Amino acid sequence: MMELTDAAIETASLQASLANPAAGGYCAFEGWVRNENEGHEVERLEYEAYEPLCIREGEKVIAEARAKFPFLEARCVHRVGRLELGECAVWIGVAAKHRDEAFRACRYIIDEIKVRLPIWKKEHYVNGDSGWVNCERCASHGMKHGIEK
Amino acid sequence: MKNVTVCYFAMFREHAGVAEETLSLDVDTTADVFEQTRDRHGSAEPNGHCKVAVNDRLADWNTPVSDGDTVLLFPPVAGG
Repeated sequence: MMELTDAAIETASLQASLANPAAGGYCAFEGWVRNENEGHEVERLEYEAYEPLCIREGEKVIAEARAKFPFLEARCVHRVGRLELGECAVWIGVAAKHRDEAFRACRYIIDEIKVRLPIWKKEHYVNGDSGWVNCERCASHGMKHGIEK
Repeated sequence: MKNVTVCYFAMFREHAGVAEETLSLDVDTTADVFEQTRDRHGSAEPNGHCKVAVNDRLADWNTPVSDGDTVLLFPPVAGG
């Protein structure tokens, strides 16, 4: 299940929602708001998403992960709106019969979500500037959008 | 000419100053829409780094655009 929320991500209740008596392994990934990016001191973040396509594409990613690494339960929650340092921006949980499927499915889901879902991140810096962040795949190709003043 | 509603997101919206607008454009494909709205969305980069959707369906840059369509222009994404 793919969800977006503007409220704090409650990881304990999300984990509990994946409980399954057939599960022998559970793996979760949490993405947190970091205080630095590419040399800029970050104060807070703002996420914007286009919900209809985020949900549809996110469900597709989870279905692909299920086909590749059969698991029992999986859920992904991504924050939108304003986030402070240390907050959880994205949470993925996978429960599977064995740990290998749980680890691999979790990794697949986060990797695909980062580059496929229409979500954008604006960083607000300590010095008052702000800037939209590139996806990792673009950044790895040396693309720069520059920093807005 | 076709009436096309163009939706801008994130840095594109900030550059255009509007979230969406209906334009009369001489276009065949989504790539034509991207090119003809360059001064609106402000991207100096090839469209390949961006994504596009037509009427809420993810599309590619060869997707045909018809009169009355809504074209959503997505800057490079950065979830997670």
